[in-house]
Amino acid sequence: MRHFSAPSLIWALAILLPVAALVSITVGTVDISLLDGLAALTGSSINSQTHTILIDIRLPRILLAIAVGAVLASTGAVMQGLFRNPLADPSLIGVSSGASVGASLMIVTAGGFIKSGALLGLSLVAVGAFVGGFAATLLVYRLATSGIGTSVTTMLLAGIAIGALAGALNSLLSYFSDNDMLRQISLWQMGNLSGASWTKVIVMGAVALLLMGLFPRESKALNALLLGESEARHLGIDVQRVKRRLIVLTALGVGVSVALAGLVGFVGLIMPHIVRLAIGPDHRWLVPASALAGATLLVIADSLARIVVIPAELPTGILTALLGAPFFVALLLQQRRDV
Amino acid sequence: MSLVADNISLHLAGFDLLRNISLEVETGKVTAIVGPNGAGKSSLLKVLTGEMAATKGQVYLNNRLLQHWPLLDKAQLLAVLPQHTMLNFPFTADEVVGLGRIPHNTGLSKDREIITEALDLVDASYLQKRLYTQMSGGERQRVQLARVLAQIWQASHLGDQFLVLDEPTSAFDLSHQKLTLDIVRQLADKSVGVVMVVHDLNLAARCADNLVVIDAGVIAAQGCPEAVLTEALIDKVFGVKSIIAQHPETKRPLVIT
Repeated sequence: MRHFSAPSLIWALAILLPVAALVSITVGTVDISLLDGLAALTGSSINSQTHTILIDIRLPRILLAIAVGAVLASTGAVMQGLFRNPLADPSLIGVSSGASVGASLMIVTAGGFIKSGALLGLSLVAVGAFVGGFAATLLVYRLATSGIGTSVTTMLLAGIAIGALAGALNSLLSYFSDNDMLRQISLWQMGNLSGASWTKVIVMGAVALLLMGLFPRESKALNALLLGESEARHLGIDVQRVKRRLIVLTALGVGVSVALAGLVGFVGLIMPHIVRLAIGPDHRWLVPASALAGATLLVIADSLARIVVIPAELPTGILTALLGAPFFVALLLQQRRDV
Repeated sequence: MSLVADNISLHLAGFDLLRNISLEVETGKVTAIVGPNGAGKSSLLKVLTGEMAATKGQVYLNNRLLQHWPLLDKAQLLAVLPQHTMLNFPFTADEVVGLGRIPHNTGLSKDREIITEALDLVDASYLQKRLYTQMSGGERQRVQLARVLAQIWQASHLGDQFLVLDEPTSAFDLSHQKLTLDIVRQLADKSVGVVMVVHDLNLAARCADNLVVIDAGVIAAQGCPEAVLTEALIDKVFGVKSIIAQHPETKRPLVIT
């Protein structure tokens, strides 16, 4: 039996997300009241320091969290459908491990450039991560595609193999890097939203909007794919085309979010899973609801990251894993009871 | 119009799975395929539905090469029920049946009506809001049957419709076996062409207008059940001694082993 109807969950999340974002604006090393926050957003005059903190630091950070959370969770939902496995994750197609190598390579080889400036406002690390992630996905996809189509099973295995290779390359790069680089690499891998800027928000926001616009077109195909590939074909779905589109969109979405925010784990795995338990696997609702839930989770996790160790702050990825892992274990235990 | 296999052979990984098979699934009739395990029954269905391409020979749907039909048009004419469906996501029964409406643009309210009627037809109305993952094997199979029925619920302007069933009754108790045969007959009366793989010879004899016996990738016999089912054939194909009697009411052949 279902616990919620899909529209009511989406409404609830659509209300919860702005509330969480508003509260998030007020928390951090400097306390800002909700009233000041609202005043700054509406353009009223407040003192310039508060204005700077709100408009240049917190607002882009929150918007970045929303876009990254929405992209990670919706691509997670899509990958779980495509792989017909409720425990699949966008990282399965190699995008995170490839991005990780790309980022490390940039940190190790171009450390000097990174300090001196940025490429179009985005760091070389981000570009390296995106290129690495996309290249790894392409490789995994090619490995799994033969004359008769793309085998999802082979793709999973190829993802694991490429992941292992990327892990080795990463270790190799770490081995040859100095202490400063090592710290940068590991901080990047923890996932962090603290480097948010308006440029990043615009890039990430555009990608998020693109995905949210294109995923609904494939939701019926994803529903049919849950029956199996040949069943989907008998329902008139061009399975190969759908697979290719969804993998490219996922690589783009996850690639950009990993490039801009590092490896933020668990959002893509857990949010779609929880949402599916609540409203069922119909992708017409599951994908948008997961996006909202992922955005909300990341806003909350990032707010906590800013306040748990005041005056310092934690990388966001640590918080999502800390929040996500116990929840996931609870889910597994619950499932074991149900079966 | 019809679904026709014209002299098809299927060669896969060094094995001849099918050799020179010609078969016509006529509209308004029930074609049953029987044969021993591994004879090539499922392979034949896969070639007939376009899931596998024949190494030699062609398949025609309503006089047009099967692979030339656009996928979506084909899906409005040809519904396929596989032997097993690996669905392990918690859809409700009406959502599963609703998947059968994907090729159509009939609108939500019409689809709902069809879903309810299809579930009712297979005696699964009580399952409507239940989760597929929590159903028994027979219940799942009935819901899947309702799904393919929903797919060809209304006649199509694109041509005659066909229903392909791979062992539809394997998970069913006696009453649901009979129900399935009744449904298949109703569809044939509405001039749908039905082709199904069946294991039980008596079930096949009872429902088939055209009985096709496949053995080791070739057609051993085909025709009306009375002509096809002989003691010699059953001995040759299945290696089982039998007596052919006549059903006292339906007058159909009855295989007693």
